[in-house]
Amino acid sequence: MSEEYSVEIVNPEKSFLSKNDVTEVVVPAFEGEIGILKDHISIISFLKPGIIKIFSKSGEESFYVNDGIIEFKDNNLSILTSLILNLKDIDKEKISEIQKSAEEELNKSDINDQEKYLLDQKLEVLKSIN
Amino acid sequence: MASLDDLKKRISSVKSTQKITKAMKMVAAAKLRRAQESAEKGRPYSDKMNNIILNLSNGISDIDNAPKLLSGTGEDKVHLCVVMTSDRGLCGGFNTNIIKKAKLYFQKILDEGKTLKIITVGTKGYDQLKRLYSDNIIERISFKESKNINYFDADKVGKIVIEKFEKKEFDVCAIFYNQFKNVITQIPQEQQIIPLKTSEKDENSSEDNYEFEPEEDEILSNLLPKNISTQIFKAMLENSASEQGSRMSAMDNATRNAGEMVDKLTIEYNRSRQAAITKELIEIISGAESL
Repeated sequence: MSEEYSVEIVNPEKSFLSKNDVTEVVVPAFEGEIGILKDHISIISFLKPGIIKIFSKSGEESFYVNDGIIEFKDNNLSILTSLILNLKDIDKEKISEIQKSAEEELNKSDINDQEKYLLDQKLEVLKSIN
Repeated sequence: MASLDDLKKRISSVKSTQKITKAMKMVAAAKLRRAQESAEKGRPYSDKMNNIILNLSNGISDIDNAPKLLSGTGEDKVHLCVVMTSDRGLCGGFNTNIIKKAKLYFQKILDEGKTLKIITVGTKGYDQLKRLYSDNIIERISFKESKNINYFDADKVGKIVIEKFEKKEFDVCAIFYNQFKNVITQIPQEQQIIPLKTSEKDENSSEDNYEFEPEEDEILSNLLPKNISTQIFKAMLENSASEQGSRMSAMDNATRNAGEMVDKLTIEYNRSRQAAITKELIEIISGAESL
């Protein structure tokens, strides 16, 4: 039996990526990373800023996401995100730009704990990329 | 009758107008293709978002504790209308159609004695509404500077709407935009986004048992604001495709009308030139006869 399933990543502008030969996807879910294999139970979760890793027959790919929602059902994984960047051809300047705006946001006084947590996460991930 | 010179001037001015409308038509056609493409590419996102929300809201057992964005405030007194129009004119009935639709809705709201608040997106809508409803307009937004429609602009509008909702400034929110059907047909749409109107429960989908991480209501309360921005983004994409389509057909008509006008004026010009020649001939002949 094959151990592949399909994944689709969409952002508001377009369908970003669609693959049928995926064996495992690791997503930065809100409460920790989840690795999804074939025949996983149906799940809905949202993502914190982090790295999505996609393992397929053709190799491994990594993407940075800002936020998002995942839905896994009938061996179809949908990832919805507002901002996604492929780590392979990432632009250092773009990263610094996001990093800067996150830092500014963090310095504002009127943020709640959850926002602060998310921003901290974001900065950590961005630093690790840079 | 106008003199030959006047006619000549008019012909050349109509011709240059024709050139402009023709160029605008071409530009609109090129932009339309791009706008249409991005409208189609944006569809999977909003469709998927809708699906997930539908699955989630079906799973919610405790309706009373459901997020307010989903169930509403329980009241129906203040309506907020987001009217989305273009920033540029010369696009036929595009803006007028939206405004017409919106005005009908406004009238209904006001007749029922409810409070009306308006946010206009795009300058043309504001121009048309400010005369009648200037007291009701609470915010005017324009994205003249951004060249392409992007999600962050839509997100800004979404955030304004949500902020106002959280301050309890309104109970119901509806957006108005043109849905792109094809180049000649755009359908003005009215869509209620708060409280969310979920379509009929699908028997098959509700049977699915999802695992949620974190809890359902937490996901839902994070997802709903995003959905608002997504719906607004979708409306903006549809709107821009409609705008270009509408402009293209309007400019096509204008070019054709200018062509007809040039033909008519040219005939008139030739006739009066002929008449002048004939008159001169008659003068010469009768002058010769009298000798």
